[in-house]
Amino acid sequence: MIIAVASGKGGTGKTTVATGLMLALRDSGHQVAYLDCDVEEPNGHIFLEPQCNESEDIYIEVPEIERDKCTLCGKCAELCAFNALLVTSDNVIIFHELCHGCGGCRYFCPVQAVRPGQKKIGIIDRGTAGQAVFVRGELEVGTVLSPPLVNAVKKNQISRGVNVLDAPPGTSCPAVATVRGADFCILVTEPTPFGLHDLSLAAQMASSLGVPCGVVVNKAGDSRGLIENFCLQEGLPLLMKIPLSRTIAEAGSRGVPLNRAEAGWDQMLLNLYSDIEGLIMSERAYGNQR
Amino acid sequence: MKELTVISGKGGTGKTSVTGSFAVLAEKHVLVDCDVDAANLHLILSPQVLHRESFPGMPRVEIVTEKCTDCGLCQELCRYDTIVDGIVDEISCEGCLVCYHACPEKAIRLVDNIAGEWYISKTQYGPMVHARLGIAQENSGKLVAEVRRRATALAQEQDKDLIITDGPPGIGCPVISALGGSNLALVVVEPTLSSIHDLVRVLNLTEHFKIQTAVCINKWDINPENTIEIEEICQNRKVTLAGRLRYDPAVVVAAMEGKPVVRLPSTIAGDIESLWDCVRQELGV
Repeated sequence: MIIAVASGKGGTGKTTVATGLMLALRDSGHQVAYLDCDVEEPNGHIFLEPQCNESEDIYIEVPEIERDKCTLCGKCAELCAFNALLVTSDNVIIFHELCHGCGGCRYFCPVQAVRPGQKKIGIIDRGTAGQAVFVRGELEVGTVLSPPLVNAVKKNQISRGVNVLDAPPGTSCPAVATVRGADFCILVTEPTPFGLHDLSLAAQMASSLGVPCGVVVNKAGDSRGLIENFCLQEGLPLLMKIPLSRTIAEAGSRGVPLNRAEAGWDQMLLNLYSDIEGLIMSERAYGNQR
Repeated sequence: MKELTVISGKGGTGKTSVTGSFAVLAEKHVLVDCDVDAANLHLILSPQVLHRESFPGMPRVEIVTEKCTDCGLCQELCRYDTIVDGIVDEISCEGCLVCYHACPEKAIRLVDNIAGEWYISKTQYGPMVHARLGIAQENSGKLVAEVRRRATALAQEQDKDLIITDGPPGIGCPVISALGGSNLALVVVEPTLSSIHDLVRVLNLTEHFKIQTAVCINKWDINPENTIEIEEICQNRKVTLAGRLRYDPAVVVAAMEGKPVVRLPSTIAGDIESLWDCVRQELGV
């Protein structure tokens, strides 16, 4: 099973929920993997303190020009949809940071002057957090292209057991790459107009990907039913509330997971998991009927 | 003309609350929201849209079944597994158009795609340029660049000498796009281990692109030890420490009321005013 934890707005508590859920499942005997897909700013390791014993560099293919073969015909630059190549009167300049690794320049070069080169976009660390599998991606600073790294992280999902994917904020490419293909998406929000606005975008994203979702409200307090009303309106299940609490906030600032900050959260998070299991089952049954 | 970009590394540290208050305190400025896939600045500045324009994204590809001979070349060449058995998956498509150019039967056609919309608006605190990226659309970096271009043009036209930009979180494509050529990056950080970790990465990024950087610590009093650690990081890296903002429930109250927090009587207002003074000096405006 794959559960993605996403949010739209940043800093709402995705990592708090994802690490908490993973630990609750692990400690109750589930096979579980935590995959940090927030490759721009991964934070899960701060809460999980994993032992990482394996590290892999991740590359994308970028063009290299064999100058002795190149006729400076300009075909590669003309076809590149990302403007990553510039052919001047005596040279071919490649802008690696714009290249999406589509391989078009190599395929279309009439004189086979383009050979595949490599550009490192980040690393993947693999290890364990107790009995659980821990994987995280870390984007190389100055690199624009994060989705291929997210996909490389996701290749490490375990086939039996529960995969918890910690998504990046936002609703564009890297968040989409994370949530895509998940069985369920937990949307973590906070009860402010900012949280609500971005929750609505994130819910639309999950629905456009065909991934069923439910809401966890973090820093919940007196907010005049802001999120509750939205959930009712949109038919989104409101799965759990984490109250606005100085104890939890302070523990979080020191990298202490929710389950260790206050008693009772292990059970709450296991309940969250069984609610999600139920929702996935009914979604599948409903989907089959359709 | 000067440009200030407010960023954070980690999301949710208070970029928009800070930017919204700067909007009140600054003079002769244009406001920009570059967090195009989760924009929030409009929620506190209540812009009145004067001009809107659609933002074309990468064209979509479509297979013309009558012409397709099922040769499979498009599927073989696609690096993103977008085409499987003659079906195009719009979401994974990067828009490289290799399939379009390669198809021997010219059986692939391009369909225009609107990826988002950008706006020029009027607010009580000056003109504002903002945007909305469509759901699950690509190219947030390009839309950010477009928004910034429009803001620069608007600032020139209206003789403004400062652009204040609310940036996106992270260190990837939209952030790089929001930072390029900016005069000062202000990083809003919280005294949490996560935020400190992300601060270091974002400082590496601004250093990589040689952008002058200042840091402000939001909710500094929730963990004074971590605050000191952040101040030490700033000292060691020769980054200006522009200010400390205390934890103040007025920030959430202001967000609920859709107002910049300095418009409410609050203890944090003084902190933000001194932060602004320091940022203004750094910028030289």
